[in-house]
Amino acid sequence: MPEPLVRVRNLKMHFPIHAGILRRKVGAVKAVDGVSFDIFEGETLGLVGESGCGKSTVGRALLRLYELTDGSVVIGGEDIATLDPDALRKKRPTMQMVFQDPQASLNPRMTVAAIIGEPLDEHTDWPEAKKTERVYELMDQVGLNRRFANRYPHEFSGGQRQRIGIARALALNPKFIVCDEPIAALDVSIQAQVVNLLEDLQDRLGLTYLFISHDLSMVRHIADRVAVMYLGQIAELSPRDALYAAPLHPYAQALLSAVPEADPALEATRQRIILKGDVPSPANPPKGCNFCTRCPKVIPLCREEKPRLSEVQPGRFVACHLVAANQDTVGGHVSPGPEVREHNQQGELS
Amino acid sequence: MPDGASPVLDVRGLKTVFKTRGGEIHAVNSVSFHLRPGELLGVVGESGSGKSVTMMSLIGLLPSPPAEVRGGEVLLGGRDLLKLAPRDLQAVRGAKVGFVFQDPMTSLNPVFTVGNQIMEPLMKHMGMTKAQATDRAAELLDLVGIPDARKRLKSYPHQFSGGMRQRVMIAIALACDPDVLIADEPTTALDVTIQAQIIELVKELRQKLGMAIVWITHDLGVIAGIADRVMVMYGGQVVEQAPVKQLFANPQHPYTRALLKTVPALTGARAARLEVIQGQPPLLQGEPTACPFRARCAHAHPRCEAENPARRAIDGLPVGQGHDVACHWTPPPTSEVAHA
Ligand SMILES: Nc1ncnc2c1ncn2[C@@H]1O[C@H](COP(=O)(O)OP(=O)(O)OP(=O)(O)O)[C@@H](O)[C@H]1O
Ligand SMILES: Nc1ncnc2c1ncn2[C@@H]1O[C@H](COP(=O)(O)OP(=O)(O)O)[C@@H](O)[C@H]1O
Ligand code: SF4
Ligand code: SF4
Ligand SMILES: [Mg+2]
Ligand SMILES: [Mg+2]
Repeated sequence: MPEPLVRVRNLKMHFPIHAGILRRKVGAVKAVDGVSFDIFEGETLGLVGESGCGKSTVGRALLRLYELTDGSVVIGGEDIATLDPDALRKKRPTMQMVFQDPQASLNPRMTVAAIIGEPLDEHTDWPEAKKTERVYELMDQVGLNRRFANRYPHEFSGGQRQRIGIARALALNPKFIVCDEPIAALDVSIQAQVVNLLEDLQDRLGLTYLFISHDLSMVRHIADRVAVMYLGQIAELSPRDALYAAPLHPYAQALLSAVPEADPALEATRQRIILKGDVPSPANPPKGCNFCTRCPKVIPLCREEKPRLSEVQPGRFVACHLVAANQDTVGGHVSPGPEVREHNQQGELS
Repeated sequence: MPDGASPVLDVRGLKTVFKTRGGEIHAVNSVSFHLRPGELLGVVGESGSGKSVTMMSLIGLLPSPPAEVRGGEVLLGGRDLLKLAPRDLQAVRGAKVGFVFQDPMTSLNPVFTVGNQIMEPLMKHMGMTKAQATDRAAELLDLVGIPDARKRLKSYPHQFSGGMRQRVMIAIALACDPDVLIADEPTTALDVTIQAQIIELVKELRQKLGMAIVWITHDLGVIAGIADRVMVMYGGQVVEQAPVKQLFANPQHPYTRALLKTVPALTGARAARLEVIQGQPPLLQGEPTACPFRARCAHAHPRCEAENPARRAIDGLPVGQGHDVACHWTPPPTSEVAHA
């Protein structure tokens, strides 16, 4: 197995809740609560789950846009969680982000050329001419006409704005890009344009992606492996085909069964697992398994003890007492994920 | 569903323009459709294709100016809604047609309790007393699957989750037992597991109450699961209309065909590369004299520029009754496509 480009261990991101006139800390939103995974070079890891489960927080924490509560994020051999500001600044060019809302993430008063060239201004001392040449090159790469270089974001469509955001992310030749819902704000007919572009760029430039999305069909298209998150933790992490063919975690099963398919014949025969109720608050997650309040397969143990994320089949990691208990029936093939096994999701076990 | 039954809602040649400083936006162009009793009509199309403006026009919900409903008829229970006085129209809105919008937070009033908001139309349009309305409101909340319904009447919208608020919206829309329910992207803002709950609820309510529904969405998957018939909109026009199975099995319009291919599947073979619809949707400036899809269409020919295609039937049934398409091009028979 090659060394992963990105190695995340026991990542925690808790946001304090303050109350009262003295703004005393009265609790914490456990947005991400002990997450571990690897991303290999050239790979796309899909990160899926419902609104508020912590996907964006993971993405932002990986780029150290937050100070981590706990855990390590090793990218290209360096733990970015502990880098000092100067070292972090040097590291920034190698890791970039593409955002959901191209409208909100682009400064309306800057021209396209200025937006795409901004990282060059910040991180290089290149002469103007060289920067301009690089901006044109980037515009070519993402399929934007060079003639538009002096226009403003509002003169572009959503899909084109997303291309501007991608060009900016590519400016400094990053190795790793976090794509946080890059197509969610786009029309169906435009989504494929942007996804194909991301795939082409990956092939040409050898990029590694964390692709965050709630669109499970699109994730099946683009990702090599997929992590399913629920309430700040990973429920299942599996190779794409294995996950979509037969999800093992009860939440992953329910989530996939809920996705409608554009095929009336198929829809008429599909068995849906309809989950009851809503996701609990991450400020007050349930004791034991965090899915126990909605899980159709819950057993008493689930309300007492938190299941560990463990490798139940080669390359498939699941956090569920039932699946873990079934390990033998999976073919006696319990190859422990050497690293991930050590770092379970329990965090501080009380 | 009886094909011959007379429609509960019959919209003919609806035309709506917005007068803006940059000129007229022709948002809805000669849109015609009807809704049979108990039927669920799915409306699909990308953002800006005119889905919402169509539905808002027919029930007089658009501010004028800038909107102007410039033509057409909207027949509901034998009356043309476009000819009604504002007061009568308001009564129709409350009692005959229920609305559910995309974002339940913006359509519920944050300062009134949920109970208040369900009871208001009951007292206003059905002449119920406060006690009667309270009972009925509790019954409705129960119907849409909110536990502890009577207690929850006293809750405020912010105390509910997104899915629960959408249930409340449905309860309000159903309060006066409408003939027609219009749901404009009711699950677009919700997570898939919550969307699945709402779709399940609507299926159940259809069986219990039997009202006719217009369901607007841009999600072909949602349509496939709930619609009886589908209308595809593009550039302010109806470009194709068919029973749901036919639309998916034998799409005729180049836009519909491309759209079905551009969405990746959850099961089955995985395409190495997604099909792309090049270009952008049209801006709708000016009277439409050409096919709105021509700039993006792989089959465009000179006639498409010269003449905006009218809807034509492809199965011998009158336009609107069976499968019809607005396009100058005819696709090869399906069997050939399957081999291609
Ligand atoms: N800066 C913050 N302060 C306090 N709470 C936060 C902060 N950022 C995120 N949260 C909370 O952390 C949880 C996870 O949020 P996050 O944005 O990561 O979700 P997400 O999975 O990206 O959701 P979505 O699909 O809606 O984008 C949520 O409960 C959110 O309200
Ligand atoms: N208040 C308005 N002023 C000007 N144009 C409008 C207004 N509301 C909608 N439109 C235009 O009408 C067209 C159809 O919009 P709409 O029906 O909302 O689309 P959708 O299919 O996404 O529901 C779009 O081109 C939109 O920009
Ligand atoms: S551990 Fe228990 S509650 Fe959690 S997913 Fe497994 S069966 Fe369900
Ligand atoms: S009328 Fe012409 S341009 Fe329009 S969809 Fe048909 S073939 Fe394409
Ligand atoms: Mg997010
Ligand atoms: Mg709309």
